[in-house]
Amino acid sequence: METLEMTQALLEIVTEICIVGVSISLFILLYRAIKGPTNPDRAVALDTIGINLMGLAGLIAIYLVTTKLNDIILLIGILLFIGTVAIAKFLEKGVIIERDMD
Amino acid sequence: MSMRTNDLILRTTTILIAFILLAFSVYLFIAGHNAPGGGFIGGLMTAAAVVLMYMTYGFESVKKIIPINFRYLIPVGLLTAVLTGMGSFLYNEPFLSQTFAHFSHIPILGEVELATALLFDLGVYLTVVGITLTIILSIANDQ
Repeated sequence: METLEMTQALLEIVTEICIVGVSISLFILLYRAIKGPTNPDRAVALDTIGINLMGLAGLIAIYLVTTKLNDIILLIGILLFIGTVAIAKFLEKGVIIERDMD
Repeated sequence: MSMRTNDLILRTTTILIAFILLAFSVYLFIAGHNAPGGGFIGGLMTAAAVVLMYMTYGFESVKKIIPINFRYLIPVGLLTAVLTGMGSFLYNEPFLSQTFAHFSHIPILGEVELATALLFDLGVYLTVVGITLTIILSIANDQ
């Protein structure tokens, strides 16, 4: 019984430390997203902010001891990919959905 | 634009990811009764998959692959929702009453509990897909 409580306390402390680490990383990325000299810099910063949010959601799921957030993590990843592809197409070609590609 | 860019990586990734997205949207739609999910978010995920295909392959190609005018999905979905609500009139129950039954001889799934709320959710799903794609494609086709 004592081992179980010790493990739970350890997991909680480690999760808190990780949340603080991811939060610091988010602030540094926010600096790059605001300051970034060119638009591709900002796009990459936003992409990485999304990846950090996925990690943060996973850590929160561990912290709250729930499995209900697992769908959310996948959802953030999917929306992130689609958003990044849209930004990249806009920066590259000026249009997001082209009329005829071939 | 005269110069053609090479989108091989994006096109190959989209083939994989569009299937994963469609499967995930069906999962969210089915799981909505007992877990997070439901018709709304499932419809949004399906729309996201179709939008990804539009972004990768262009308007004309996808129109050839999916020959559906998404505008017609809105009345079909609304009609489904209203008809499921009116189905309760056949049993002398108030509007939008729902029921469920256990089926034990479904081929793969075994014993499942099917509720009429799933049919109402199907209406929500079709309406959300129709509205989202209508908005996005109308804006994208603006000349």
